[in-house]
Amino acid sequence: MTPAPGSLLSRLRAATDARIGLGRAGAGLPTAAMLAFQSDHALARDAVHAPMDAAALAGALAGEPTIAASSCADSRATYLQRPGLGRCLDAGSVERLRATEQGHDLVIVIGDGLSARAVQAHAPAVVVALREQLVGWRIAPIVLARHARVALGDEIGENLGAAMSLMLIGERPGLSSPDSLGAYLTWGPRSGRADSERNCVSNIRPPRGLSYEVAAAKLAWLLRQARARALTGVGLKDDFDPALAADVPNRALGA
Amino acid sequence: MPTIDLGGTRYRFDDLKTLLAAASPFRSGDALAGVAAPDAATRVAARRALADLPLKAFLTDAIVPYEDDEVTRLIIDGHDAAAFAPISHLTVGDFRDWLLSDAADGQALARLSPGLTPEMVAGVCKLMRNQDLIAVARKIQVVTRFRNTLGQAGTLAVRLQPNHPTDDPAGVAAIILDGLLMGSGDAVIGVNPATDSVAGATTLLRLIDDLRQAYAIPTQSCILTHITNTIAAIERGAPVDLVFQSIAGSQKANSGFGVDLAVLREGREAALSLNRGTVGQDVMYFETGQGAALSADAHHGADQQTMETRAYAVARAFSPLLVNTVVGFIGPEYLYDGKQIIRAGLEDHFCGKLLGLPMGVDVCYTNHAEADQDDMDDLLTLLGVAGVNFVIGVPGADDIMLNYQSTSFHDALYLRQVLNLRPAPEFAAWLDQIGLLDARGGVRSTALDQVGSILSLPRVLA
Repeated sequence: MTPAPGSLLSRLRAATDARIGLGRAGAGLPTAAMLAFQSDHALARDAVHAPMDAAALAGALAGEPTIAASSCADSRATYLQRPGLGRCLDAGSVERLRATEQGHDLVIVIGDGLSARAVQAHAPAVVVALREQLVGWRIAPIVLARHARVALGDEIGENLGAAMSLMLIGERPGLSSPDSLGAYLTWGPRSGRADSERNCVSNIRPPRGLSYEVAAAKLAWLLRQARARALTGVGLKDDFDPALAADVPNRALGA
Repeated sequence: MPTIDLGGTRYRFDDLKTLLAAASPFRSGDALAGVAAPDAATRVAARRALADLPLKAFLTDAIVPYEDDEVTRLIIDGHDAAAFAPISHLTVGDFRDWLLSDAADGQALARLSPGLTPEMVAGVCKLMRNQDLIAVARKIQVVTRFRNTLGQAGTLAVRLQPNHPTDDPAGVAAIILDGLLMGSGDAVIGVNPATDSVAGATTLLRLIDDLRQAYAIPTQSCILTHITNTIAAIERGAPVDLVFQSIAGSQKANSGFGVDLAVLREGREAALSLNRGTVGQDVMYFETGQGAALSADAHHGADQQTMETRAYAVARAFSPLLVNTVVGFIGPEYLYDGKQIIRAGLEDHFCGKLLGLPMGVDVCYTNHAEADQDDMDDLLTLLGVAGVNFVIGVPGADDIMLNYQSTSFHDALYLRQVLNLRPAPEFAAWLDQIGLLDARGGVRSTALDQVGSILSLPRVLA
C-alpha cells in the first residue's frame, strides 16, 4: 500500500490526508482499504461509547482533590438523543458541589463529552501543565463529570461559587481523530450562558494536534486575560501567539 | 379538527400541525421537540385521521402563520389552483392511492406539482411505506441543465466533493483527479471551504475553473460558501457557475442562515448575468436537511419532516440545478440510527421530486449516530432504485474537512454498475473521449499513479 518515495502517488498522497488512490476491486474497495476504514470507524465508535474511568483519571491527577458529578442524562443513549440533559446537573451532584468549600478563582471540569478516550488520554496532562502556570490561583477540586456537554460547566461553576470554569471535554470523534480534546473557558459560569460567551481551544491531541504545553500556555494566557477583563467570549480577542509558547513552553505568558 | 375512535380510545388532534407530527414515523428529533406521538397507537390513529382529511383543508390551516412568515406566503400566494383542480376532491388517503396508480404517470405528476403545497406532500408522505416512496419517486424525472444534462432516466450523477481542512489547492486538486478517474463530477465539482471568505472562495473557484477548462470537462463548479460571499465574488469577477445556499422551511430558520427570499433572488440574478451555462441556465444549488429548523429553534411546533418539505417550496421558486438533502449530517439527536436515516432519505427524495425538484441525497452519518457503512449501502441502493438525480463522492467515504462519512467514488461506481445507470450524457461522452470508458460503458479501472497518461497534471501538483 505504501507508494515508492518520489512517485506520483506518494506526491498526491502527501497533498492530502483524504483516502485517495485506494484502487478498486471491481467497483468496490480492495479488502485492505475496506478494513482500514472499518478500523478507524471502530475506534471512533468505541470512543463515543466508552465510559469515562473516573478512578483512573483521579489516579493520573496525582494527588489533586476531585469530585464526581453527573449530568441529568442517565445513559449514553439518552445523552446522545437529548443534548439538554447533558447540560444540567443531577440532584446528587448539585448537593455535593454545594457542600464543598465555596469561592474559587477557577474550577476545572473534566467531562467525557463525545470521547471519553480523549479525556482519558489527554486531560490529566493538560491539568498538570496548566497548574504549573497558575501559581497562586485558588482552584476548586477537579470535577469529573459523566455524560457532560460543554454547558454543564456553567452549573458546576455556579454551584461551587467559582469565578470561571474551564471544561476539558472529548470532542466529536472524526474518522481519523477519535481522541481530540477541547477546552472551553467561561467567565461567571451560570445557567443560560451562550456559546458566544466562551473561548475555546480545540484539537488538543499530541502529536498530530496541539501539544499539552502549547495548550496549557494558551489557556493560561486566556485565563489571565479573562480575569483581568472580567469576561470571556467574542469580546476577548484570541491573539495569543502559539509560536511564542512553543519556544518557551513552561514560562508564564501574557498579563 | 379530527377525532378518531380506536380500540375504545378517542384520539383528538387540535390542528393540522399536531396531526402531521403525530402521524410521522418515530425519529429522535420529533421527540426532542416534544411533538412526536406519545405511543404507537396514537401514531396510527393520527394516520387514520390524516387519511380521511380532505386535501383542501391544507389550504386553510397554515403550519406557520401567513402574517409571520414569508415562506408560508410564498407557498399560499404561489399555489396554482388550476393544477390542483384534478385532485382537489381527494382526501390524503385517496391521494396516496392515486399516486400509486397507473394514472399518475410522470407527465401527470409534473403537471400536478405546482398545485401541491409542501404540507400536502409531507402529509401523504406520512401515509407511505418505504416502497411507496420509492415507487412514486421513480416515476418522476426532473431534468436540469447548465453545462450538462442531469436527471434523465437511466442516469446517476455525482457531486465530486474535494474538501480539504485548510483549502490547500494541491490537496483539492489531488482529490479532483482521483474522482475524475473514477467517473465522478458530473453533478458538480463542489468544495465546502474551510475558511469562509470571499478571497478564499475566489482562489478555489479559479483552481477548479482552470482545471475544468484545461480538461474541457462538461460540468460545473461551486464553492459552498454563504450566498453573500458568492455575490461579492461575482462582483469581483470570479468565475462563478452556481450559487450555493443552505435553506430551511421557515423565515426564522432562513434568517438563522443569514438569508431571506430577496437575497436568494439577488444571488440567482447575479449568476444569470454571467451567462456561463452552455446547455441551460439552472444556476442554483441548495442544501437542506431534516432538523435544520428545530436546531435554529424555528420549527414553530411542527415536525421536522414537514419543516423540511417546506424548504423545498423555497427551492422550487428558484429553478435549481441541484437540491441536496444532507440527511445524516445533523446527528443522532435528530436522526438516531440507520433506520431513521434511511427513512428520512427516502422521504426527502420523494417529497422533493413530487414538488418538482432535482433531488440528490448526501447519504451520510456521523460517528455518534447508530449507523455504519452497511446502512449507507442500503440507503444508497434504495435511492438508486428510486431514481435519485445525484449522490456525493468523497475519497473513501471519509470527508476529512467536515468530519463525517458520506458516499465514495467507489459507491457511485457500484450503484451505476448494479442498476445499469450512466453518468450525465455529456459527461459520459467526455469520459469516453479521454479513454476512461470500457466497452460496456463502465469506468475502466485506472490506478491514480497513471493519471498522467490521461490528464496532464495541474501546476499545483507538477
